[in-house]
Amino acid sequence: MAISIDEAVPAPVTDDAPTARRRGGTARRVIEVLLLVIIAVAMLFPVLWMLETSIKENRDVYAVPAKFFNFDFTLDHYKDVFVAQGGGRSDLSGSFLNSVIVAGASTVLATVLGVPAAWAYSRFTLKAKKDQLFFILSTRFMPPVVVVIPIFLMYRELGLIDSKLGLVLIYAAFNVPFTIWMMKGFVDEVPAEYEDAAMLDGYTRLQAFRKFTLPLLVPGIAATAVFALIFSWNEFVFAIFLTSSQEVRTAPPAIAGLIGGTTVDWGLVAASAVVFALPVLVFAYLVRKHLVAGVTLGAVRR
Amino acid sequence: MAGIEVTSLHKRYPDGTVAVEHVDLSIGDGELFVMLGPSGCGKTTTLRAMAGLERQTSGDIRIGTTLVNDLAPAERDIAMVFQFYALYPHLRTRDNLAFPLRAEGLPEKEVRERVAEASRMMQLDPLLDRRPHRLSGGEQQRVALARALVRRPRAFLMDEPLTNLDAELRADTRTEIKHLQAELGTTMVYVTHDQVEAMSLGHRIAILNKGRVEQVGTPLEVYDRPASLFCASFIGSPPMNLIPVELAEHGLRGAGGLVLAPPPGLPRDRALVAGVRPEALEVTAPGADATVPARVVSAEALGDEIIYVVDHGGATDVRVRMPPTARFETDAHVGLRHSGATPPVYDTTTEELVA
Repeated sequence: MAISIDEAVPAPVTDDAPTARRRGGTARRVIEVLLLVIIAVAMLFPVLWMLETSIKENRDVYAVPAKFFNFDFTLDHYKDVFVAQGGGRSDLSGSFLNSVIVAGASTVLATVLGVPAAWAYSRFTLKAKKDQLFFILSTRFMPPVVVVIPIFLMYRELGLIDSKLGLVLIYAAFNVPFTIWMMKGFVDEVPAEYEDAAMLDGYTRLQAFRKFTLPLLVPGIAATAVFALIFSWNEFVFAIFLTSSQEVRTAPPAIAGLIGGTTVDWGLVAASAVVFALPVLVFAYLVRKHLVAGVTLGAVRR
Repeated sequence: MAGIEVTSLHKRYPDGTVAVEHVDLSIGDGELFVMLGPSGCGKTTTLRAMAGLERQTSGDIRIGTTLVNDLAPAERDIAMVFQFYALYPHLRTRDNLAFPLRAEGLPEKEVRERVAEASRMMQLDPLLDRRPHRLSGGEQQRVALARALVRRPRAFLMDEPLTNLDAELRADTRTEIKHLQAELGTTMVYVTHDQVEAMSLGHRIAILNKGRVEQVGTPLEVYDRPASLFCASFIGSPPMNLIPVELAEHGLRGAGGLVLAPPPGLPRDRALVAGVRPEALEVTAPGADATVPARVVSAEALGDEIIYVVDHGGATDVRVRMPPTARFETDAHVGLRHSGATPPVYDTTTEELVA
């Protein structure tokens, strides 16, 4: 969600610009821009440094003083991410594959469970509906790390420790409440009358949902799924506590594991971090409108 | 075609809300029947129960002679028009109209004929190849009406179909619906919260409040003799003046000595309120025959009439409808008299009509 704030914040500033100028506050505006530049540099420098490190020759990576420019260019680090030293697939590439499987499966599971639930909460009068929805939301109030130990103990009993299934289940559990809440907003937007009309035309309630409401929800489902995907993809705490073997480990703990030995191959760390960040950036770009909407959700009542 | 019988309808939602307390209705074959009431009175729930979109908690619904309690909406042979039109957004007008027929499995030739017929009736020919988002609100509602027509149902159910149209279009479409119903002679149940719509459309009107039927009657019956204080204050704009009265020797006496003609058979020992329409009162020059002294509080000149708000010493001011020729200034001292027929009188505790 950090991205959402980055995306949301610059907008009001550009909106304010004309007002500031009208007040004749040139100095004020200079300070504004200056502060923004400082923040931008502070935020973006690590990203830039990561990109640079990932394409520097090893000797330039360790050069003192650090080389910002005129370093020797190489793509070897990226090759190392995917290909092992002696040829064949590297351990890291296996972790990336695990990440894809775990994030994908947990997102599918959360969507399959969450979308019909959101529809039901939107359409039907249920006993204590508000309380139920609040309860569902309340599971997201605390930081997930709080429940790491209970989950760990439960998983050990169930034999889910160090299994992809275990990760898929826990990520889905975190994503279902989010999916229900976000999708309920989208379902509320689709008039229930489509389903009524379809039922008068001879469809059952569920057929009406599938044939008429669901197609209209596709953009909303896509946006929601991307959020769930990003969450599962980035998740670190549970991944590192609940997995230990190379076969199961997802990318975040695997990349973190690169740091630690006697020497750290910073080029490889940077390159794998870039590979890891790219899908998230792409997806965040795809749903950028909804990211901002998420920040301002409920601020304006229709 | 068929009438609709609703017996002891009760609807309670799982969360405990009672939408319909107790409703009995008997809607005649070929009748244009309006259910009128404020939001939350249960009119829409009653209609949706008729359509089969809500399952009633108890009570029976018959369409024609068929008990339809356990029938799915599509099996009830009715068509419904919604407030938000509910045209399928991905289909062109032509296919929207054909949709219910194809769902029924009619041969394509008949589908085409019926669509053409409905399209002619609602003048939709130029719109047949457009999708809903390229139609205006009024056009969408005409397509929605046509989609109800093509099925040739035994009854039409209309759920506030004009609410989303602007005022002028609403009046036009209202006329259109009235003509359509007269021409087809199909039973129509029409739900609205707009009393003007109810008065101008309905053969009969049912006024609902808090999940119960307060009154069923023709528009004039409902206007002249509201069955309860709720109906009295709901119908008419401005609404009926509710004047506390007591039974005196020469008739009913209101505040300041205002005399009203008493209906026969009034109970003596109860607190009474007379319902007097604004047009049954008259503002005159001060001191005129049979008047009580009063003061003009405000005047709304509407062009074809003037509504005077007049203080005659009662607990509440009364409203008087006068022709535009009668001019009185605000704060002027005037006379007030009752000039209409005997007013309906209500018991203040039961809120029901006593005479």
